[in-house]
Amino acid sequence: MNSNRSSRRRFLKQTAALAGVATGAGLAVRGQSAQAQHLHGELPRRGARYTIDHMTHYTPLQDYAGIITPASLHFMQQHSSEFPEIDVRQHRLTIHGLVDRPLSFTVEELKQLPSVSRIHFLECHGNSSPAIHGAGDPNLGLPVQFIHGMTSCSEWTGVPLSVLLKEAGLQKEASWLVSEGGDAGKFSHTLPLAKAMEDVIVAYGQNGEPLRVEQGYPVRLVVPGWEAPFSVKYLTHVKVVDQPYMAWNESMNHSVTRPDLRDKARWYHFQFGPKSVVTRPSAGLEMLRGYAQITGLAWSGAGVINKVEVSTDGGGSWKEAKRHAPVLPRAHTRFTFDWAWDGQEAVIQSRCTDEAGEVQPSLAELSKDWGMHLEDWKKTPRPRAIHFNAIQPWKIARDGSISDAMFA
Amino acid sequence: MPCSLKFLLPAMILAGSVAALAQSQPRVYPGLGTPLSQADIQSFDRMIGPEGKELPPGRGTAKEGAAIFAKRCEICHGKGTNEENGLLRSLVIGSPGKPYRGAFYGEERNGPSYYPYATIAWDYINRAMPPSNPGSLAPNDVYAVVAFLYYWNGIIKENDVMDEKTLPKVVMPNRNGFVPAVPVYPPEKKPSWY
Repeated sequence: MNSNRSSRRRFLKQTAALAGVATGAGLAVRGQSAQAQHLHGELPRRGARYTIDHMTHYTPLQDYAGIITPASLHFMQQHSSEFPEIDVRQHRLTIHGLVDRPLSFTVEELKQLPSVSRIHFLECHGNSSPAIHGAGDPNLGLPVQFIHGMTSCSEWTGVPLSVLLKEAGLQKEASWLVSEGGDAGKFSHTLPLAKAMEDVIVAYGQNGEPLRVEQGYPVRLVVPGWEAPFSVKYLTHVKVVDQPYMAWNESMNHSVTRPDLRDKARWYHFQFGPKSVVTRPSAGLEMLRGYAQITGLAWSGAGVINKVEVSTDGGGSWKEAKRHAPVLPRAHTRFTFDWAWDGQEAVIQSRCTDEAGEVQPSLAELSKDWGMHLEDWKKTPRPRAIHFNAIQPWKIARDGSISDAMFA
Repeated sequence: MPCSLKFLLPAMILAGSVAALAQSQPRVYPGLGTPLSQADIQSFDRMIGPEGKELPPGRGTAKEGAAIFAKRCEICHGKGTNEENGLLRSLVIGSPGKPYRGAFYGEERNGPSYYPYATIAWDYINRAMPPSNPGSLAPNDVYAVVAFLYYWNGIIKENDVMDEKTLPKVVMPNRNGFVPAVPVYPPEKKPSWY
């Protein structure tokens, strides 16, 4: 006990010194002591929000490096107020519906089938929601965490869904699937068969360890590049059908009414567009004069990120940032940009271009595409939006404070 | 008609080509997985499509639904109808005989008036409600609660019976409120994320 305590003290002392070196120039956590700043850096915390029917964890994007999110910090959106307690020996995944041979697999059998390991981001369709800008609380971390932290990136290991569908033998009318989870509310979601045959994984491993319960233990779908509600956790049933099955999620909960569609609602969203965000410096941190590395993440549902640009003058001019290997399709890509802050007011932001040639839009461009005016975002509450991938500006004031300038 | 064919045709062509990839091949890993019988499947298959083919036998009316709602739903959704306070307000928009027809930008989205198919509320209530014990409502209870909600939303008449035959035939007032009219993959419009 005593030796544990003293070794922990020693560890804290050593790492405090390191943290001092790492953050002595460029950035500090505003209004906090060096010790508090260090502790925050040592143990990145997921933000958490619990309501009567939802549990949400936000990834602390400001606190981690590279592109792999530790499983314990992966974002989570649970459409239920508790986690299911699943006995892995009893758990079964069934493939049925329009198939020649309906089959039931144990988790052990899934692990005996050919496996793949791939690095992909997942993202909530509501990540970066206009509504959450400025709506944080102390439990949710810094703004980049609670605004953009419903995306994370992991190495997922499992069996391709196409292997299971071929074993079951698809009938010729088959064109869509509907999948169901073993959580209390039996979360269900429709998926086009073409995507299932392309790259969807029935995953049992994340970053080298079994899935954690928050991430769908013992098996979940991972649908690369698409909004995360497709990636059904605690996967129990895959039913092959001949039409979009109109589960509550995609046909109602995740549809969005839009002015440009004459007040009709867009539904069945699939792939994410190109998106990036500067994670450091970002709102809530404090700028110090001199050298500052600007770093962040870029990703797209279309494939790899071909280019990331950074602006330090509010979008007046753009320079290319360095993309760090590995640059993988449908995965977070880390970028850095060398800068020096001269103590003057500045607005920093990033934008990316994906392999399809699509460029991340500004708020004005995105609004125009959705038939909205910039003025519309000043309404209370702000209009609801999903797949919101507008460029995120952070404003640096002369005193070194940094704030969210998306709707400023 | 030509309009819906235009939407459906690419999807049908795609479906044919995709299914052909996996069709009629012998099993590659025959030792793994256990065959399921029709009885096995019926014991767990609760996924209800928009045509309602999988709906179990049962029946219920708005009056019966009011009693079940009071007993099983009121604790969270609130007491009374759209004239009183409580969360039920957000489940009801419009009034008996006068369905709400849009637009659906905010709270209007919360209740079944927004849903394009009558089966969606049945499927969701059956699988996920009440949150304290999902799946504990019997089919008759679900038909009755759905009838209760549809009556107060002006979608059906007070004495209409909801059962496995009548429910899928209910035409929802917001049936044509979605774009594209028939979901297709790949999406027609580029870029797809708009």
